Amino acid sequence: MSEQQASTLKDLDAVRAMIRRHKLNDYIFALIGLLALMVGLLTLLTLFVDLVMDGYTRLNAGFFTEFPSRRAAHAGLLSAWVGSMLVMMVTAVTAVPLGVAAGVYLEEYAPKNWFSDIIEINVTNLAGVPSIIYGLLALGLFVYILDLGQSILTAGLTLALLILPVVIVATRESIRAIPVHIREAAYAVGATKWQVVSDHILHYSFGGILTGIIIGMARALGETAPVITIGALTFIAFLPPSPVSTEPPFLNFEWLSAGFTVLPIQMFNWLSRPDQAFHVNAAATGVVIIVVTLLMNGTAIWLRYRIRKNIKW
Amino acid sequence: MQPNNAPIKAEARNLSFYYNGGHKALKDVNLPIYEKKITALIGPSGCGKSTFLRCFNRMHDLYPGNQYEGEIVMHPDNTNILAKGVDPIEVRMRISMVFQKPNPFPKSIYENVAYGLRVRGETNKRDMDNKVEEALRGAAIWDEVKDRLHEVAFNLSGGQQQRLCIARALATDPEIMLFDEPTSALDPIATASIEELMSELKDKVTILVVTHNMQQAARISDYTAYMYLGELMEFDDTDIMFTKPSRRETEDYITGKFG
Repeated sequence: MSEQQASTLKDLDAVRAMIRRHKLNDYIFALIGLLALMVGLLTLLTLFVDLVMDGYTRLNAGFFTEFPSRRAAHAGLLSAWVGSMLVMMVTAVTAVPLGVAAGVYLEEYAPKNWFSDIIEINVTNLAGVPSIIYGLLALGLFVYILDLGQSILTAGLTLALLILPVVIVATRESIRAIPVHIREAAYAVGATKWQVVSDHILHYSFGGILTGIIIGMARALGETAPVITIGALTFIAFLPPSPVSTEPPFLNFEWLSAGFTVLPIQMFNWLSRPDQAFHVNAAATGVVIIVVTLLMNGTAIWLRYRIRKNIKW
Repeated sequence: MQPNNAPIKAEARNLSFYYNGGHKALKDVNLPIYEKKITALIGPSGCGKSTFLRCFNRMHDLYPGNQYEGEIVMHPDNTNILAKGVDPIEVRMRISMVFQKPNPFPKSIYENVAYGLRVRGETNKRDMDNKVEEALRGAAIWDEVKDRLHEVAFNLSGGQQQRLCIARALATDPEIMLFDEPTSALDPIATASIEELMSELKDKVTILVVTHNMQQAARISDYTAYMYLGELMEFDDTDIMFTKPSRRETEDYITGKFG
């Protein structure tokens, strides 16, 4: 009897030793993972801090209210951030309805066959096409064939094409997250496809779609290559005509055909000058772009959290 | 079948069903559904009882490649609801469904019940209010929710959610209500209240219910159909089915020797 007890105890020791050996792998991997994370995170953080250190002297109100200038200390971002905003407006107005409609169609209406499979694969691939390709396409299509000029409209449409796949994929994924039993419940009371889409699908996937739109817009904000390709100006000391006015008809669309610059191009321009003083401006612009992008992504996360809170499947 | 004075509300005639890919889930099923009675479908998992139920509101049409063969005829109008020319939406307007898992919309309690009416073009606020109240009373949940009609339905308990789903299915005044294992996700107390509710509902509406639980079939149904491997093995008055079924297989299943 006591012999048996002893052998049980011995086995237990062996089991404990084995568990310790196995758990060692846990610690090792956790350490490797942490290191891997830090490599990426710290590099980015260093870059950002470096940028702030270089540019903080220019980050004041005047930087946002002055036009570019030959004197670095007086050069500002006014035309660039106004240009970026107007271009983003065109991008949003174009990419959101097109992307959401295409996503809903693919998910709810399109017959499931080899053809829709091919479209599905290609939409996902489009999101990975280098952005300069979109720039070349836009130069041919919008500037030469449709003769829209090197304008805000052209830039907005180009960036809209660029983020269209992002919006479509986000739309489809948030629609797919709606459980089958909710969809069936809507059909079971006698709703048509369109009633199900407009009364249910779009409502319940709204948070995810919005997140996709904002993340796409944040990407478009930082895009440089396609905007250079279609010929954005690099030095511009005037604003496009204002889209709203105090006199009737209150809205005008002349700004669409105006020349423009955007934040990353302004940054690129300053960076390419030999005068060191302009590099400070470039760093400050970099900080502005990063902060705006982070704010947009943060808003997306916050909105998704807020909207999802009331929906538990 | 035994003599019976309840009129037939609907009947399946030589109904076969093929899922996308060719699996034959129903084989030549013939079954009458008596008006304002509860008909229970029992049988082991995979026997086709849910597939059969979902033929009645053309739920299979939502997925590509599914095929019906045979007919389901509604009375008194003699419409074959599986006919190519009959729109599944028309069928769902006449036959409503309560699902296995409570599936309220992530909307308010009021909107959940009102949705079926909105789909039918009801716009008058007062009529809508009245019908919503009537449905909620019919589903025995009015007293619990009357002060919070505009709260999100997810705040209700599981049993309350299921009664809300019953109210939603009831609001549109259906001719037949389908219940697909309506209590399998609920605790015993909520189950008892749903069963009681179903027994009350049969004064107003014809009910077809799939259940995993044989005691439940015995408690609530007037007729019971036993299905196995896509075939209807036996159909009879519930009392007869549970006391002296005519087939050996039915008896084995009911007594728990099998399944």
